[in-house]
Amino acid sequence: MVDPVVASRLQFAVTTIVHIVFPVMSMGLAPFLIYFTWKEIRTGEAIYERLRRFWVKIFAVSFVVGTVTGLVLEFEFGTNFAAFSTFAGELFGGPLATEGMMAFMLEATFLGIFIYGRDRVSDAFYFLSSVLVGLGTWLSAVWILIANSWMQTPRGYELVNEGGRQVVHLTDPMAAYFNPRFQYMFLHMQNSAVESVALFMAGVAAYFVYKHHVRGDEVENAAFWVKTLKIAIVALVITAPLQVIHGDLYARHVYETQPQKFAAMEALWETDTYVPEYIVAFPTDISHILDPRAKELLGIGIPGGASWLASGGNPQAEIRGLNSFETEAPPVAVVFWAFRIMVGLGFWFILLGFWASYRWYRGELVEDDLLHKAFMGSSLLGIVAVETGWIVTEVGRQPWVIQDVMLTENSVSPSLTGAEATFTLAGFVGGYALLLALYTYVIRRIIQHGPPEVDGGAVEADAGTDAPPEAEVSVDD
Amino acid sequence: MTDLAGEALFGLPLPEIWFGLVFFVLGMFLFLDGFDFGIGILFATREDAEEKETLLAAIGPFWDGNEVWLVVFGGALFAAFPEVYANLFSRYYLLMFAILAALGLRGLSPEMYEEREDDQWRRYWGYAFVVGSALTPFLLGVFAINWLTGVAGIVSVPGVLGGLAVVALTVADGAAFLGLKTRGSLRDDASRYGTRAAVAYLGLVALTLVAVYVTTPALQSALLSLPVIALVLLSVALVAGYVVATRRGEYLAAFASVGGLVFGLVTVIAVTMFPAVDRATGLSVSEGIVSTLPLNLMTIMMALLLPIVLSYFGVLYSVFSGPIESGETYG
Ligand code: HDD
Ligand code: HEM
Ligand code: HEM
Repeated sequence: MVDPVVASRLQFAVTTIVHIVFPVMSMGLAPFLIYFTWKEIRTGEAIYERLRRFWVKIFAVSFVVGTVTGLVLEFEFGTNFAAFSTFAGELFGGPLATEGMMAFMLEATFLGIFIYGRDRVSDAFYFLSSVLVGLGTWLSAVWILIANSWMQTPRGYELVNEGGRQVVHLTDPMAAYFNPRFQYMFLHMQNSAVESVALFMAGVAAYFVYKHHVRGDEVENAAFWVKTLKIAIVALVITAPLQVIHGDLYARHVYETQPQKFAAMEALWETDTYVPEYIVAFPTDISHILDPRAKELLGIGIPGGASWLASGGNPQAEIRGLNSFETEAPPVAVVFWAFRIMVGLGFWFILLGFWASYRWYRGELVEDDLLHKAFMGSSLLGIVAVETGWIVTEVGRQPWVIQDVMLTENSVSPSLTGAEATFTLAGFVGGYALLLALYTYVIRRIIQHGPPEVDGGAVEADAGTDAPPEAEVSVDD
Repeated sequence: MTDLAGEALFGLPLPEIWFGLVFFVLGMFLFLDGFDFGIGILFATREDAEEKETLLAAIGPFWDGNEVWLVVFGGALFAAFPEVYANLFSRYYLLMFAILAALGLRGLSPEMYEEREDDQWRRYWGYAFVVGSALTPFLLGVFAINWLTGVAGIVSVPGVLGGLAVVALTVADGAAFLGLKTRGSLRDDASRYGTRAAVAYLGLVALTLVAVYVTTPALQSALLSLPVIALVLLSVALVAGYVVATRRGEYLAAFASVGGLVFGLVTVIAVTMFPAVDRATGLSVSEGIVSTLPLNLMTIMMALLLPIVLSYFGVLYSVFSGPIESGETYG
């Protein structure tokens, strides 16, 4: 039997790590779908209808799985973290209830119209539905991130004794809900969702473009895929640099508000000045290689880099080390490597975006096979960056569940037994593996089927297969 | 902000209002997602592929929105009675996850069913759809009755009877909705099942209440109170109304009767439980409620959002009103 605390934490980790994939897809797709719907209605061009219908299918499947997995999370605070829910419910329950009423209701009802109602409502109303669905997905992020950011930088509360027990008492809702972390989290998260979807789109499109234009295979809808690729590249070139620039600001904010997490991100044990930004680091003693909290590290890095990051430009700045905190350090290696992966990917996405733009500018976009392979290989890396970013955020916050207020080990339901927790954990590991397999299977089939034929547009779009590939499409026509 | 923290908004009895609201939201879920469950159960009675497709098309645009009422139920309970949310959900730990699993199966299987044409694939996802659709209302009934009685452990006689009653209720609900959405033999069959289910519901709910009476002496006087008796009598009248309306082909009236039955059931539970909000922990409504400031904020939020949300549902149901046309599908 796994200890109920450990099992609950693992279970929460598994269930959120799986859940976040689907919100990323739906939040990221939302602006694209609004754009396609708008262009479809304004220009009447078949390609936009096809783009919309194709990506709506993927949105719909993601939404269903997002719903199934999201409900689990909503219940888990009560089932597994009852002590936390009782302690912080006054602050935490409100955002969750509001999320349901304000965001999920909007999204779920108008999605019905957006998926099934094209012929039943006017163009304007249909366009409005696409906007409301998108707004719903983004608003759900607002409320859930309010809840999460409060756990990182709690404000606007006091601790009171109620019936012999400490509980969090809301005193200033504005300070609590618009805590300092919220705006960083929201921007970083939403931009990462759009970026991840751009990468996914580009990867899928590159596969078909590669097959058609590089390998010379007969591919239906080649023009459709070239267009998709171009739209994705535009989105990538906008979002990728923003994400890194914003990440830099974000890291400084983390240093100011959660210095212990920052020290874990940099694997810094002793307070020091002129701290390097390690690219890689390893325990010097081979027997410590699997110890996430190994202290004697050998690293290769940029001198003064971490000091520069923490202070916003001063390589001499002093950074507090993990040994200067009273509480035990989080599993440093996990946080350190997760941070490296996210940042590394962030720079790679920029490179990818500019490489593609350059080829496009030179008129060589469709022929560059290395570029297409890079896009294909990167199609899921946006999601990987999101997952690692969340691991930095959540694991780096340990041992606190609410920073400096409540320890994670005290947050679990007192009535929960090891047997129950182990049973559901095993169920989730198995069930979610199956769920992910099914989701992948369905998405693959949707992609293989390709975009739907459209009345009047089919002929025109299929003509693209034989015509010179570059000529007839460009993004902003 | 200071006066928001001081006293209840307009001096309203907010703890009682939120107690009622939580049950109202649960009722909305049971009523609206109830017809999805009922249609999912009736799916088991269909052989013809096209009829199955029609059943899926009937719930296609609605079920996801309907399910959000459960999310809001969890959220509202958490926001207004955090200690109850925490105790109740962790006490019935495995039951909660069973509900989630059943609901997940229900949500996923139509999507999967549509994905491929071959018979075997569709047969299995069809089973999964039926099982998820039947299990969810059953487990929710168990949950609601266990919450009322405060029984330790998950399996109890009143709970199981209550679960069966809710299943019967959802079948009547689904049949009435199909009355509005379909035509011909499919509708006639559904009406037959619906009528039987409504009568069965009456028997099962009576048995449930008797079982609660016998097993939980502390609730006996509440069960014999005037409002509960009145609601039981009202339910008898509503079932009669359901049967008559279905016979006459007045499906909207039948659907409305189911609504009355659902809210009647939920009200019986709430009235019997009150003034406790969780008998197992002995928490009363006034003890379990959050403090004034968050409560006032949530009240304002709800007062603003509830009419808006109800209007979304109005829009959705009117856009997709009328019977399924031939050729309309789920996917
Ligand atoms: C496409 C995804 C993606 C990319 C390329 C980046 N990030 Fe990120 N990052 C996320 C996606 C993400 C995220 C998953 O969305 C997180 C988790 C929580 C959050 O707000 O955003 C995150 C968290 C996160 C945190 C932790 C904040 C906390 O503890 O609350 C920091 C310090 C950074 N990021 C910094 C960066 C830097 C310096 C980057 C590049 C140079 C970078 N991110 C690229
Ligand atoms: C969706 C993106 C998220 C991911 C991938 C994620 C990941 C994780 C991980 C890996 C843990 C385990 C940390 C550990 O025990 O070492 C965790 C714990 C937790 N997270 Fe998140 N998280 C996400 C979002 C959220 C949000 C939005 C909330 C709150 C609204 C939240 C609340 C919690 C809580 C309560 C725990 C359990 C206590 C703990 O172990 O810290 N998480 N999460
Ligand atoms: C960064 C973290 C998270 C983000 C950005 C996020 C966002 C979203 C979004 C956009 C959806 C809509 C469904 C979809 O499109 O796939 C969704 C679904 C859902 N999420 Fe999350 N979520 C996060 C974590 C959580 C957590 C920790 C909870 C637990 C309270 C949660 C609860 C839910 C619920 C209940 C649903 C289902 C809604 C429905 O029925 O429509 N989410 N989430």
